[in-house]
Amino acid sequence: MHLADFLRFSGSALRGHRLRTALSILGGSIGITSVLLLTALAEGARKYVTQEMESLGATLVIVLPGKVATSGAIPFVGGVAHDLTLSDAEALRRSVMGIRRLAPLTVGEANLAYGALHKSGAVAGTTSDFFPLRRLHVIRGRALPPSELSRGAAICVIGATIERDLFGGSSSLGKMLRIGESRFRVIGVLAPKGESVGINIDEMVMIPVASAMRLFNQSGLFRIFIEGTSAQGQETLKKEVVSTITERHKGEEDITLITQDAILAGFSKILTALTLALISIAAISLVVAGIGMMNVMLISVTERTSEIGLLKAVGVTSRQISMVFLGEAVLLSGIGSGLGLIFAQIGVLGLRKAWAFFPMQIPVWAVGAGLGVGIGAGLLFGLLPAWRAARLDPVIALTKR
Amino acid sequence: MIKIENLSREYRVGEETVHALRQVNLEISRGDYVAIMGPSGSGKSTLLYLIGCMDHPTAGQYHLDGRNVTHLPEAALSEIRRHQIGFIFQSFHLINRLDAAGNVALPLMFAGVQRTERHERVVSALERVGLAHRASHRPMQLSGGERQRVAIARAIVMNPAILLADEPTGNLDGRTGLEILKLMETMHEQGLTLIIITHDPAIGDRARRLITLRDGQIVTQKS
Repeated sequence: MHLADFLRFSGSALRGHRLRTALSILGGSIGITSVLLLTALAEGARKYVTQEMESLGATLVIVLPGKVATSGAIPFVGGVAHDLTLSDAEALRRSVMGIRRLAPLTVGEANLAYGALHKSGAVAGTTSDFFPLRRLHVIRGRALPPSELSRGAAICVIGATIERDLFGGSSSLGKMLRIGESRFRVIGVLAPKGESVGINIDEMVMIPVASAMRLFNQSGLFRIFIEGTSAQGQETLKKEVVSTITERHKGEEDITLITQDAILAGFSKILTALTLALISIAAISLVVAGIGMMNVMLISVTERTSEIGLLKAVGVTSRQISMVFLGEAVLLSGIGSGLGLIFAQIGVLGLRKAWAFFPMQIPVWAVGAGLGVGIGAGLLFGLLPAWRAARLDPVIALTKR
Repeated sequence: MIKIENLSREYRVGEETVHALRQVNLEISRGDYVAIMGPSGSGKSTLLYLIGCMDHPTAGQYHLDGRNVTHLPEAALSEIRRHQIGFIFQSFHLINRLDAAGNVALPLMFAGVQRTERHERVVSALERVGLAHRASHRPMQLSGGERQRVAIARAIVMNPAILLADEPTGNLDGRTGLEILKLMETMHEQGLTLIIITHDPAIGDRARRLITLRDGQIVTQKS
């Protein structure tokens, strides 16, 4: 017998009981809808957290001078053995693989002045890579140009508040800003951003790192920011950074690395557990729907004993009879799952309208898994009725009036 | 063609064992016309369903066309029912949600016959029972006689060798019953072996052979 004939025959049986069929399908679709909706919710949560983290730079490694002991033991000798220098930064850039961006940073406080106006402000010495690395945007002019680390040009990029306070509303581009005793040409203005990890970017002035070290008479860097090319290469990157610096510092490991991947990994674990918990809850409704369907199909088998007997009399095998009932189960659960998918999609679209910030989405794997699980549950719960039907004694089935 | 030796069939009903058939011996040759009579519970139906390969005997042997089918597995018996045997029942056993053509097509469909060939054979079977014009009617839209004609069409659509009828006129009035009987006799004249269970002595008189059962045993045979 051909598959199409099986499905047509099974379908005709389902059409015979429209209300019952519709309710079974509804039950199944609610199960699938809840599974998919909760999956979309959990996936949305994961995406949201990951996005938030990534805006801070998921592959970011921050190098600090000095070893901060986190083992709990108090070191006998504290302090910094070696400065983290510009040549250390240069060496890292040259010899460590998997670095996308690298920006040394040094900071200091200086008197800023233009004409008669002056104020005190934070000055950051860094390089062109710092801007994309910390997601800083220049609204006018340009960022610090790429150049050799040791070159200290007399140029600066200023925060929005500095421009407002010192230049009084007129454009600062091309004008000379006095920082301490030196004069720097303003080449760009940063977009207002507010606080970013505790530093008010709007109140900052960025100058080339070498200029800042000269300005503040520093020999060591405050830190080095490194952005890796991939999250997978993070561990290797960290090891190489440590070994490169240790080698340069005469075998002493005197730097500390801060990364966000550890935090992210922790979150990921929590979110995976959350997802599983939510799906398990939703799966209960799927099981309930499956049992409901099985119940309906068992009734159907009982009602159709004479039909089953007749089929056996005309030479239909027990296997084919099981197939008829399994076909019905698959049709019921298949249509239910399909509808559930549509309901879930509508639900997700509705929720996305309500919470625009929340990136809710049914993942592609969940669509496949949802349909698979739905139809699988149909098959599973159809087995008992099908087995019952196939086992029916045809003589009893036919002689019962 | 049908050779039954010492065939017995027992059922267990609760604690009791019911002897539906006791050591029945029977031979029916190809093209025969046999009526089986007897009071209720005499084992008529049991015998018919055993001949129709729907049931396994408790003891004895059954040869069909020279082949011992007594202990064949279910799948092989299905195959025999499909190709060699046509059943007709007192209560027609039509599927109400399918139209006449759909009911007649059932055996063909489960035997894997292609749609186009299926259609031709259904039409010709319905023509043979004189119901071609009612092909798209559902059982509920047909009279009792018409329903039994559909059932006969379904029984002959696979070109079986044996037609087994379990009180085929039991639910019909006298005139319609006679028409149905004549229709089955036409099939018999075309070569089918016809075995009918009946309460109606008139049918018993028309048959070439009459077998009477009582308490699971053949008491008289007339031919």
